[in-house]
Amino acid sequence: MSALFKARKVLAVCLHGSRSLSQLAELPETHQLLRQTCRDFADRELAPIAAMLDKEHVYPAKQIKELGAMGVMAMEVPEELGGAGMDYLAYSLAVEEISRGCASTGVVVSVNNSLYIGPILKFGTEEQKKQWISPFTAGDKVGCFALSEPGNGSDAGAASTMAHQDGEEWVLNGTKAWITNSWDASATVVFATTDKKLKHKGISAFLIPMPHPGLSLGKKEDKLGIRASSTANIILEDCRIPLNNMLGPRGAGFKIAMQTLDSGRIGIAAQALGIAQASLDCAADYAHKRTAFGAPIGKLQAIQFKLADMAVAIESARLLTWKASLLRDAKKVFTKEAAMAKLAASEAATFCSHQAIQILGGMGYVTDMPAERHYRDARITEIYEGTSEIQRLVIAGQILKEYQA
Amino acid sequence: MSGRVLVGVKRVIDYAVKIRVKPDNTGVVTDGVKHSMNPFCEIAVEEAVKLKEKKLVKEVVAVSCGPQQSQETIRTALAMGADRGIHVEVSGKDYETLGPLQVSKIMAALAKKEDAQIIILGKQAIDDDCNQTGQMTAALLDWPQGTFASEVTLDGDKIKVVREIDGGLETIKINTPAVLTADLRLNTPRYATLPNIMKAKKKKIANVKPADLGVNLTSKLEVLRVEDPPQRQAGMKVETVEDLVGKLKESGKV
Repeated sequence: MSALFKARKVLAVCLHGSRSLSQLAELPETHQLLRQTCRDFADRELAPIAAMLDKEHVYPAKQIKELGAMGVMAMEVPEELGGAGMDYLAYSLAVEEISRGCASTGVVVSVNNSLYIGPILKFGTEEQKKQWISPFTAGDKVGCFALSEPGNGSDAGAASTMAHQDGEEWVLNGTKAWITNSWDASATVVFATTDKKLKHKGISAFLIPMPHPGLSLGKKEDKLGIRASSTANIILEDCRIPLNNMLGPRGAGFKIAMQTLDSGRIGIAAQALGIAQASLDCAADYAHKRTAFGAPIGKLQAIQFKLADMAVAIESARLLTWKASLLRDAKKVFTKEAAMAKLAASEAATFCSHQAIQILGGMGYVTDMPAERHYRDARITEIYEGTSEIQRLVIAGQILKEYQA
Repeated sequence: MSGRVLVGVKRVIDYAVKIRVKPDNTGVVTDGVKHSMNPFCEIAVEEAVKLKEKKLVKEVVAVSCGPQQSQETIRTALAMGADRGIHVEVSGKDYETLGPLQVSKIMAALAKKEDAQIIILGKQAIDDDCNQTGQMTAALLDWPQGTFASEVTLDGDKIKVVREIDGGLETIKINTPAVLTADLRLNTPRYATLPNIMKAKKKKIANVKPADLGVNLTSKLEVLRVEDPPQRQAGMKVETVEDLVGKLKESGKV
């Protein structure tokens, strides 16, 4: 065991030593190999079934298990807890490649890594990590993150789900909305108000296993896109959990949620990049093959300009995502960059998928081609884990702070 | 018994890429084209790693002959579970004329140097489809061969091999040391796990020159011309069997 720790320390020093802007120009060899492995998996195991998963709203259980075996479901988790012990740059590469094959699978991976495991890894006790992280690394169990409510999404500080202490238990009451992975999850991180007078400083985080008495699920939402991933309400009615199911200190819930979302944004940015890239792949391939006016449409400047704009949007968002990842890996503040990455990538995804349909013309509108699915999948990336409007507020807030006297 | 397995892995153009012939008809376009490990070599690596996991062999050594980029292919084998790699550097003109005869001489020399017990190769490479290297290597070493293997079972110092042949399946028992070549249904290669990708970085890849092994790379083969296969012609429908026979006779096929 100690040889393993030593080796990881040496590796960590090597990686940190080489951490610089040059990584944006060319990825380290391990990351290239990892990216290729995930791409191969996406091409062979996800892309061929993505249309079926979407059409029939099927959770990709087998593929998630295979990704678990590869280490993709718990990328940042240390090896001794069952994870892959990799950095966030590796994580953003993996999520992008997975999402390029199937956006729904990408969000399942991202939510498990960033939103469920993320806060427990950062704020949990050693005992909580063993209990709530280790079983969730192999892909047979996934977790979810319950912050939003029917009454508040962007307004996260106004959590109306309540938690009060009753003897040796916490009792939770309230409803959470739009919870990704809910129908397939075996545990959830839930945010509830423990001290209403303290407003957002009175929110705490809790861990609840699923299923559990007092916790029930609403109907599966019938969504526009990412349909292989389940989204539903989580209803808490006198849901009783042991006292040591609280995650982090009392009242730290809002801070935990915001910090978790900072990292989650990198995951969603990566998912959006995958969708955008898949759209560009589809459009560029079509531009070579489709002929009109006597030549492949790729010869027409109108099409060329679209492809160029798509590529620029993707590459700039990708570099922002990598920069946010590198800053996080270097333990520097990355709030602004993560928000920029998520904003740029999600808008790139909607832009590219829109243009891809335009390039494909009528073929872009039918289910025979994946362009329409990318268009539907892309839309949510501008909404969840912080709407584009919230991202702009976060960025502006950081900028104004930088320019303060 | 050394318990050592040598696995040959070849870097080829990825199977999903649409191959384009160079305008001067001297070969196919390789610049900027996606390359990966030959699929049959992946199956060979998987089989070797499985033998090691079953503790039937002690060490898996991945070997690749080619330019600098062949090291990526060896790294993939390491990430799948091979213990170390050997990169036999062949580049430039030598690489263009590198074929089964040269590679089998290299493999034979390495087998002796590394005291290998088993050599596992893919049955053929998807770029030249030669299906010769395994057989030639066995001949040069005077070792038995189990080619087109769809099932391999180690039994003491013998190996039982089920081979896929035209007539069905043939089961043979051969002595070790031996050469095996992997066929499609031997196994399903694993995806490298992320921890193994990280560990692969620390595994050693030794650099060797063909001259160090006493191998002469000159080839007696010369590629005259490379062309696209002829465009597929449309078929035609006929009304009666007489018409069909008539058309076959017309085209000289009968």
